[in-house]
Amino acid sequence: MVFLEFEKPLENLYEQLDKIKQIEGEGDIDVKDKVAELEKKIVAKKKEIYSNLSGWQKVQLSRHPERPYTLHYINGICKKFVELHGDRKFKDDKAIVGGIGKINGSSIVIIGHQKGVNTKMRQYRNFGMANPEGYRKALRLMKLAERFNYPVVCLIDTPGAYPGIEAEERGQAEAIARNLFEMAQLSVPILCYVIGEGASGGALGIGVGDRVYMLENTWYSVISPESCSSILWRSWDHKEEAAEALKLTADHMKEFGLIDGIIKEPLGGAHSDPDKMIKMLKAHIKKELVELQELTPKQLINNRLKKYNAMGEYDTVVA
Amino acid sequence: MGWFKRLKDGIQTKTKFKKEAPDGLWHQCRECNNTNTVKEVTENFYKCPKCNHHIRIGSHDYFDLIFDGKYETMFENLVSKDFLKFTDLKRYEDRLLSVKEKTDASDAITVASGKVNKKTLVIAAMDFSFIGGSMGSVVGERIVRAIDHCIKEMTPFMIISKSGGARMMESAFSLMQMAKTSVKLAELSRAKVPYFSFMTDPTTGGVTASFAMLGDINFSEPKALIGFAGPRVIKETIKRDLPDGFQRAEFLMDHGFLDFIVDREELKSKIDDILTIFERPAAK
Repeated sequence: MVFLEFEKPLENLYEQLDKIKQIEGEGDIDVKDKVAELEKKIVAKKKEIYSNLSGWQKVQLSRHPERPYTLHYINGICKKFVELHGDRKFKDDKAIVGGIGKINGSSIVIIGHQKGVNTKMRQYRNFGMANPEGYRKALRLMKLAERFNYPVVCLIDTPGAYPGIEAEERGQAEAIARNLFEMAQLSVPILCYVIGEGASGGALGIGVGDRVYMLENTWYSVISPESCSSILWRSWDHKEEAAEALKLTADHMKEFGLIDGIIKEPLGGAHSDPDKMIKMLKAHIKKELVELQELTPKQLINNRLKKYNAMGEYDTVVA
Repeated sequence: MGWFKRLKDGIQTKTKFKKEAPDGLWHQCRECNNTNTVKEVTENFYKCPKCNHHIRIGSHDYFDLIFDGKYETMFENLVSKDFLKFTDLKRYEDRLLSVKEKTDASDAITVASGKVNKKTLVIAAMDFSFIGGSMGSVVGERIVRAIDHCIKEMTPFMIISKSGGARMMESAFSLMQMAKTSVKLAELSRAKVPYFSFMTDPTTGGVTASFAMLGDINFSEPKALIGFAGPRVIKETIKRDLPDGFQRAEFLMDHGFLDFIVDREELKSKIDDILTIFERPAAK
């Protein structure tokens, strides 16, 4: 297990638990009471730690290397899933995956940013940073969904769209802008979940939907706290302050009305019980799709328009 | 060792006295260092007479050029506020106050309606002098209202982009302005009202990745910097030098993202041409 800085008290308890279990394995002594006591302690400690997380701590949790990624969810959610590749124009982007699948007896298109689980795979997935072809693949799949009247589910988990020479040459900005424009008028339901990091335009590029939800320990912002610190504070050392100032947690986003709700994570975060997390998300998707599929294409598009139209805070003065 | 020694430290021109468009008697070109009188530069459409460098100008300068000075601004009553109580080295509230002293613009975008050779056009033009032309809630809302107006009146719409990207001090709200404006442009597009996107130096970040790239016609000024990620970020990421002309208008044109590049001198006549072609035949 990997423990983050603020999870260190847990590491101790888990170590003790392991030791006791070892003793138990050796026979003779009855340690049941001790185990139960320790397990109780762990739960209490977890509750204490996880009920008081700062913005920056949530950012760290959202990047936890043992957190489930898009393909974990897809494989857990869809009975059948066929991954589809390529944007039909240039390339197959490994940082965005997608395909067709079945959930609850109905077909869906499911798309998401994909991070790697080890160093080699992280490089292969480009750390979840998509190039224009990733966004264009996503759009191709959404258009396919529209043609066959399948709902679209998007899973968002990216530190940002890739900033590279080739990405600019092939129009990173155009690819993202096009997706926003097309997702606005897609005639099928779009359901979005931030399952990890929701950084800026790279996240939004597959993030315009009828309903947008965030998992409890994720963040969504116009910029990462690190980059914000380097630009506004002119140093990398103010990331904690930046994370607070940006108000980027799920709670804040819900309070602002920029997302529709928060999906609870298992105690200790999604990584502490991935199977449970995946089940919880699956149940949520099922429920939402039933509601959304009752709306006509016209209703969907009109509601989407109204929802995004209302986003913004400003004063009205006498000019 | 230099010949002269600076006696006083920290001699700097206060930002208040720095102007985007030349205001004094002389103007020195940032590109070629050539010095001209301000009159010469102004008469030359705010371009350097020697190297044709297009000097950054404000929204009202564009309105003057395109509408011959006769236009009406709209939605000036919408103003930014510090609803997140965002504080970095400075409070956002103070930034807003001080920027209003420095610039004529009431926010990073100004909407105006006017006529180009008798044809009505609504333009939303950005001001770099207003917090780097950054897109906050007011930018999004003014664009949305301008589009509503254009749909109602069936008037063509144009945005002149000039921006460093999203306004960080409005956090996720500024991010959502990308979605808000793009979703609204989809509505404009469905109403079959033409939208022209004119990009000027610089157009980067969330502005490029939303309304700037979504024109029925995309065009720009020569040599304007246009891109998603800033050149410095890209350089730090890939750890090598960027090719000459990278992210300049000509580069984007070559890669198929611009329809044409227009010299400021030709701007008005080009817009006139486009409007004539897009003009609806009078109802019979």
